[in-house]
Amino acid sequence: MTEFLDQIFIIAKNGALNFLGVFLPDWMILLARILISVVTLVAIAPVVMMYMTWLERKVLGRIQNRYGPNRVGIFGLLQPIADGIKMLTKEDLVPKNADKVIHFIAPMVIVIAPLLVLAVLPFGRNLIAADLNVGLLFFLGVSTFGVIALFMGSWSSKNKYSLLGGMRAFAQMISYEIPMLLSVVPVILTTSSLSTVAIVEAQLQGKWFIFTPWGGFASLVFFLCGVAEVNRTPFDLPEAESEIVAGFHTEYSGMKFALFYMAEFISTFAISGLAVTLFLGGWDGPGILPSWFWFGLKTLILILIMIWFRGTLPRFRVDQLMGFAWKVFLPFTLGNIFIAALWVSLPFPGNFIADTIGITVILTLLQVFNRKEMPKKRKYLCAN
Amino acid sequence: MEFLYFLAKTGFYATALVTLGSAVLVVTLRNLFHCALALILCLLGVAATYLYLKAEFLAMIQILLYIGAIMTLLIFAIMLTNRLADQSVSQTNRQSLPAFALLAVFNVFCIASLTAVPWKINPASLTAPIDAKILGAHLMGTYVFPFEIISVVLIIALVGAVILGRTDQ
Repeated sequence: MTEFLDQIFIIAKNGALNFLGVFLPDWMILLARILISVVTLVAIAPVVMMYMTWLERKVLGRIQNRYGPNRVGIFGLLQPIADGIKMLTKEDLVPKNADKVIHFIAPMVIVIAPLLVLAVLPFGRNLIAADLNVGLLFFLGVSTFGVIALFMGSWSSKNKYSLLGGMRAFAQMISYEIPMLLSVVPVILTTSSLSTVAIVEAQLQGKWFIFTPWGGFASLVFFLCGVAEVNRTPFDLPEAESEIVAGFHTEYSGMKFALFYMAEFISTFAISGLAVTLFLGGWDGPGILPSWFWFGLKTLILILIMIWFRGTLPRFRVDQLMGFAWKVFLPFTLGNIFIAALWVSLPFPGNFIADTIGITVILTLLQVFNRKEMPKKRKYLCAN
Repeated sequence: MEFLYFLAKTGFYATALVTLGSAVLVVTLRNLFHCALALILCLLGVAATYLYLKAEFLAMIQILLYIGAIMTLLIFAIMLTNRLADQSVSQTNRQSLPAFALLAVFNVFCIASLTAVPWKINPASLTAPIDAKILGAHLMGTYVFPFEIISVVLIIALVGAVILGRTDQ
């Protein structure tokens, strides 16, 4: 029974293919095999996004001591659908001086990347759309597309606030991309594979990387960089409402505006999913419940943590944001690669001791070199 | 099955067309940001060509480095100039005719040399698995010299950037 529930989606897919195989030629079955996975992902992603907006508003409401949406349906469960209808019926405004073509393309390009990266996430045992042997690189490479689409939107609006938002997004991405990539390197080092499936298989039976000394810190860095990558609080400078109106999507309305939100929420889901895959054992969990349930549960917990961040933390200042990435994350992740190498190469009791010493040394050095520096006394010279 | 091969072939020619077309756009469009976007499309086309050649690792590195890092940096650099809002910057000057003539001669040499080389295919390399372990071993073994040279060049560039960007003294 558990086995059946675990594999229910694969059984359903194979059943559908067998049924089609009766009256379709071989090459169409080959295409159908691809299309079924693609259509499922593309159909599920917006639903996930819709209910993430609902969840976010509900949880934020509770944090702020109010109910959140509760008018449409039970617990406001139909609220996302009402929002969707509202978005579709709104007027679509294009600024007079905007670069019309790019202004039109940007919202479409921005949702492509988050939808593409879902293909390499293992949602459960055997439940992956495309098991590439470079899956991890695919995820990290394609997710960088988002920032270019975002800048397309911000630049083509020809609005100062939009452009400022786009510039902030660019600076933030360049800074946080590097520690994010470096925090993934120890995982590749340990599993010696770039395939997401192989990475999950290396962590089966509770040997999750988050429980190793290097993995604990790397997962923290990865998760925080991920939050920065999807522009969520406390890293939401590109769309800081109190400073630059709404940042890069100031000049968008209706469904185009909704597409920007959709991209943000699907990326949040994808980044949480990748963090689960890399450090929290993916779909590994007690065998009583199906594997996809465990993946979903862990991803949901990470998403809830992000919502919790949004409910409690104030926004970073630009210099704090940059300093955090370049002075703390970057040196730490570089040292962490060395620590992970020690962990892999030494036998059991030695690697614990070596890693503890290594991490202590790195943290002490970071503490020493990042001491608060008093700004130099400014000299004001009178012009004579 | 023949239909799928036909589709794959059409896809390859479409990719080549898009790559070359966007490459032409890079050097003809009059707005710098449009040029950068066309260059992104061109680099994506190159990545797709690598995928057709079954070099997945190279394709992903192409996307990660060229589009993720270099193009981001390039747009960042354009952003810092005042050319961002300019509607038209002419990309050609009066010497385009001699340039075309030189290019034609160069292309003749290129095509001649490309067709003269036999391009032997090693059958073992067609089915060889692309493994992170093997790649790492080669980078640290066979190709350690170019790898180290690239590292040294990058370090020099970094140090140079720090020296240029320093404000004190």
